[in-house]
Amino acid sequence: MSSFLTRRLIQSLILLWIVSMIGFALLHLTPGGPLSQFANTPGMSDEDLTRLAEQMGLNRPLPVQYLEWFGRLLTGDWGRSYRDQSPVLYVIGSRLGATLQLMITATLIAVIVGGFVGVVGAVRRYSFFDQFVTIGAMVALSIPTFWFGLVVIYVFSVKLGWLPPGNISPVGNESFIVFVHHLIGPSMVLGLVTTAIWSRFMRSSMLDVINQDYVRTARAKGLSERIVLVRHVLRNALLPMITIAGLEVPTLLSGALVTETVFTWPGMGRLFLDSIGYRDYPVVMGLLTFTAILVIIGNLLADILYVVADPRIRLQ
Amino acid sequence: MTPQPTTASADGPPLLEVRDLTVEFRGQTGKVAAVNGVSFDVRPGETLALVGESGSGKSVTSLAIMRLIQRAGGNRVGGSIRLRRRSGDTVDLLAVSEDEIREIRGTEIAMVFQEPMTSLNPVHTIGAQVAEGIVFHRRVSRKAALAEAVELLDLVGIPEPQRRIRNFPHQLSGGMRQRAMIAVALACKPNLLIADEPTTALDVTIQAQILELLQGLQRQTGMSIVFITHNLGVVAEVADRVLVMYAGRIVEEAGVVPLFGRPLMPYTQGLLRSVPRLDMMSGAHEELEAIPGNVPDPTAMPAGCAFHPRCAHFRPSLCDTAVPGLEPADPEHSVRCARWRDVAAGVPA
Ligand SMILES: Nc1ncnc2c1ncn2[C@@H]1O[C@H](COP(=O)(O)OP(=O)(O)OP(=O)(O)O)[C@@H](O)[C@H]1O
Ligand code: SF4
Ligand SMILES: [Mg+2]
Repeated sequence: MSSFLTRRLIQSLILLWIVSMIGFALLHLTPGGPLSQFANTPGMSDEDLTRLAEQMGLNRPLPVQYLEWFGRLLTGDWGRSYRDQSPVLYVIGSRLGATLQLMITATLIAVIVGGFVGVVGAVRRYSFFDQFVTIGAMVALSIPTFWFGLVVIYVFSVKLGWLPPGNISPVGNESFIVFVHHLIGPSMVLGLVTTAIWSRFMRSSMLDVINQDYVRTARAKGLSERIVLVRHVLRNALLPMITIAGLEVPTLLSGALVTETVFTWPGMGRLFLDSIGYRDYPVVMGLLTFTAILVIIGNLLADILYVVADPRIRLQ
Repeated sequence: MTPQPTTASADGPPLLEVRDLTVEFRGQTGKVAAVNGVSFDVRPGETLALVGESGSGKSVTSLAIMRLIQRAGGNRVGGSIRLRRRSGDTVDLLAVSEDEIREIRGTEIAMVFQEPMTSLNPVHTIGAQVAEGIVFHRRVSRKAALAEAVELLDLVGIPEPQRRIRNFPHQLSGGMRQRAMIAVALACKPNLLIADEPTTALDVTIQAQILELLQGLQRQTGMSIVFITHNLGVVAEVADRVLVMYAGRIVEEAGVVPLFGRPLMPYTQGLLRSVPRLDMMSGAHEELEAIPGNVPDPTAMPAGCAFHPRCAHFRPSLCDTAVPGLEPADPEHSVRCARWRDVAAGVPA
């Protein structure tokens, strides 16, 4: 077990290192490089810029600069936003919660709805339900998130008036119910693709297990069908789903980009698009690095969970 | 290889009566009858061996008895399988409710499967898998069931059972897994144990140990055993009676002594000739004969006697027109061969 996790940990660290290299390279490739934030300041002369570059150590060898930059990255100094000079990590942190709420709710929807649909589809294979949800999943996967978001707002907010059209909560009214009410629409939109993916993988994973010899053994013991399905089929079918869940993190992050924009949800996705609009490179770069770290952490968590759940790996 | 009938109790009503069992699978190439009109009895306390080459329908027959053939997808299971239950009632396993078959499985009929490596669930401990049937059927606490599981593992000869109940299947060797499978099957003290080639995946010494174990358990509990194998050496050692299957049909049925002493069906004779014998190893230069040809493709069964393309006694228009019936040659010896009298009388092929 420990050798497996050690290997994955080292792989993750290498990945993080590569991400940091790319982040550094991008920072220096942006128009004007790290100095661009001052280049447009009125009254800034070329001499001023050269002096600034010297002060900031930009004329030293790149490897040295990289090490310094990396050191700052590790100590949490990710630079300052061009827009309001607040620290990048602080800007990201203030938006992280909203995105995580959305991602977690969407994941819960995917696991519960997609999981249920996948399990029932596998148990009642080729039934009307199975065929119906198979087509449903295909449709869901081919709908653009942006368009689906607009449809949800149009139908549930504009036409039916059931859901607020966006934003995390109206000013001055911050009860939990109101918050959840606002969460429904965007979570549904963000969760759609993941739910569809989850249901397909769940179904095929269940079908893989359902014909295993040990499931027949369980039936031969005379156990009830419910115990056979839950304890013997589902328990094993969930193992590959842990990996799938880890791989869903990037899908959710890119989905959040669109969803948050459509629903004016104050999360990292909207921050990203806003920052690109303002050419706020430190924030853009910070977000890229941060999401890369999130993805890597997601995969690492999935690996750890897998080890815990599968005795064949745990007890190697 | 001297047949030694053990404790055959021929008297009393049979424990299990299989009548005209037919199992059809629907595949891409149409219907395939894997088992075709099979009838036999299992008597209380006896060991009935089911032998035949690969694909003859042995496993399908046993799965049908457990009612574990999936009936979905156009598969069909016909005939009747009457079990005398502990309560004294006789029920048709193919007709009872789901609840009743569930109650019977494990507690009255249990099965050891052919594949020891894949028949245990990889994510549950051995102890949990032995105990779960006990918990389910007898409604005892998990702790009490685990204590019984320790005893069962000890009974099937697994060393350090206290420790082994906490092991997962991948931590056990093939032989130990097969023993664990036997413990799972014995957990609720069935009176019929179906052992589907319980030893083929194992090496010779472990095979012998498992056979001894099953025989010892049978002496203790008086259960009946249906023992499936294609190893006739094993049959001679453990069986009271033998059913020989070929292409989904029973082709010969006899006590172990008459079957080995006077096999009547050319197929059985061929099987016996292909078994290595002790007196051969001591220098006699009699070659081992494999039966020529192959088991017929179930989608293209030969007309008449399914064995005729491989049979030295084959007579055109006699053997390849109608399927011969299963005829009694002796009260305890039946054979399905149009020429069994000639074969028995030694008329040369
Ligand atoms: N689920 C199934 N669907 C279709 N055909 C099947 C199925 N199970 C078994 N068969 C076919 O039924 C026939 C009998 O198979 P069975 O497993 O009973 O053979 P066997 O006598 O146990 O052989 P072996 O000694 O190899 O275990 C084979 O031709 C097999 O291909
Ligand atoms: S019926 Fe004919 S072909 Fe079949 S076993 Fe007898 S002699 Fe051979
Ligand atoms: Mg078999």
